[in-house]
Amino acid sequence: MKRFYWIKGSLYTILILYAIITFIPFAWALSASFKPLSEIVAGGNNFIPQEFTLENYKQIFSQEPLFGRWLFNSIFVAIWVTGFNLLFNSMAGYALARINFAGNQVWFLIILVVLMVPGQITLIPTFLILKSLGWLNSYQGLIVPNVVNATFIFMMRQFFINFPKDLEEAAALDGLSYLETFFQIVLPLAKPALAAQAIFIFMGSWNNFLTPLLIVSDSEMFTLPLGLNTFKGQYISYWNYIMAASMIFTLPALAIYAFFNRYFIQGVTYTGSK
Amino acid sequence: MLGTSKTKLYISNKKAKETLNGYIFMTPTIIILGVFLLLPILFAIVLAFYKVQPLGEVSYNFRGWKTFLRMVSDERVWIALKNTAEYVAIVVPIQTILALTLALILNTRLKGKTWFRVLFFLPTVTSSAGLTLIFMWICNSNGLLNSFLTFIGLPTYNWLGDPNVALKAIMLMNIWSTAPLFMVIYLAALQDIPETLYEAATIDGASLWDKFICITLPFLKPVTFFIIVMGIIGTFQLFDQSYIFSRGSGGPNNSTLTVVLLIYQYAFRSLDMGYAAALALMLALVIMIVTLIQRYWFKDQKLN
Repeated sequence: MKRFYWIKGSLYTILILYAIITFIPFAWALSASFKPLSEIVAGGNNFIPQEFTLENYKQIFSQEPLFGRWLFNSIFVAIWVTGFNLLFNSMAGYALARINFAGNQVWFLIILVVLMVPGQITLIPTFLILKSLGWLNSYQGLIVPNVVNATFIFMMRQFFINFPKDLEEAAALDGLSYLETFFQIVLPLAKPALAAQAIFIFMGSWNNFLTPLLIVSDSEMFTLPLGLNTFKGQYISYWNYIMAASMIFTLPALAIYAFFNRYFIQGVTYTGSK
Repeated sequence: MLGTSKTKLYISNKKAKETLNGYIFMTPTIIILGVFLLLPILFAIVLAFYKVQPLGEVSYNFRGWKTFLRMVSDERVWIALKNTAEYVAIVVPIQTILALTLALILNTRLKGKTWFRVLFFLPTVTSSAGLTLIFMWICNSNGLLNSFLTFIGLPTYNWLGDPNVALKAIMLMNIWSTAPLFMVIYLAALQDIPETLYEAATIDGASLWDKFICITLPFLKPVTFFIIVMGIIGTFQLFDQSYIFSRGSGGPNNSTLTVVLLIYQYAFRSLDMGYAAALALMLALVIMIVTLIQRYWFKDQKLN
């Protein structure tokens, strides 16, 4: 029994140590965002600011007038991308799982192949296509190429394949069309799958750095990660501002994760074992 | 006779209706995948053989296989590959072992393990841009790392300015943010191992270590392979951290240059889109081959 407690104790020690390693950088960044510059330059290791201030958060919005705009752009793009993905991926997944249309197998195969193609190959062509459409530096350019996602089409197909058929058969007897059945009966019952998808897509869009970097050069159209990168260049050594800005960018994502982590873990497990 | 033709008509009607509806449901996907995925893939293959001048009126000049010859003699390609190889050699084993260790601990009947799992996952859901800035703040010359070193009486150091340290810092950051992701995948795999196997082994008098070597490890083989391949692919695709860290230069002294960063530089700094597209094509081929090998192997394992 003694040996058992000893093992348990050392396992907890490992977990707690790793938890500290995970948590300290965030705590340190958060603490810097509430310190005045003088305290940052002095370089102490106190996590609780000697002089607690909200000035950094106010300053970034007034010093960098575009900061609010970047925040808006990020939210705006992420919401539209998420909304469209939920709708389009579910529709495609449903069609592939349930509707026996000519070409069903071919399109499913295309989705499977597309799943394996790494994104980097499409970067330059997509840039040139958006350029010829005149969509560089625009919301369309940031949103439209990302409104469907092969991974989640595949996930929705698997979800709908395991979905009980009786409800749809009853709906067909009642004379409902495919679209009516889908929107009135199937979609409301797919909420758990939609929730997992929504979180992944929202976070993906929110955190995306590379594609906006290529598509947007006009600072008014920056999303937050791009803005943050420029901001870091301008205010180098003003770590209190940079950390406040990073917190505005990071905390919403962490909050979403904290609220919905159940779906998140399910989603990861799913992608890992497919 | 009449009956069968009626049935046939009904069937062909039903089929037509299904096809019509199928395409109504698929239209958005077909358009977007067509324009922003399938077309770009074909376009990328064509681009790789041309010299593209992207400013103003876009122009194309056929260059053929020369682009691919140029890669072999391009010193920066080799530097990027060398950095990637170094990165794979260090990051992949460490993050895999770390993920497995944490998963094994969290798979025991400890109280509060859900909380640990949620907490460990924080870096994984944070954007690479945010993480990089936080890391730079900790490693800058009067940052937390140096004050900690002073505190325990060790000399301080200019971490961010040293080429030998720059890539290591990015590695550390990546291990920290990817290990929890793989930990969750391992946890799911561990829970799939039938409990009866362990019970039978206990009856046979096997120790914890025996059980780990003879039951757990063989069961985890496919998922470990998956995780290693994912780790390697992730490494090949590294970009954000290097870009933010070095302001897009890959410095100090090319030490943070990655393949994707190189593609970015050629395409959008030197405006040599054809060559960049050729590099991207090669990268994609390598990744796809690795993925295919993994899929094939994984399938084999499942059948056994």
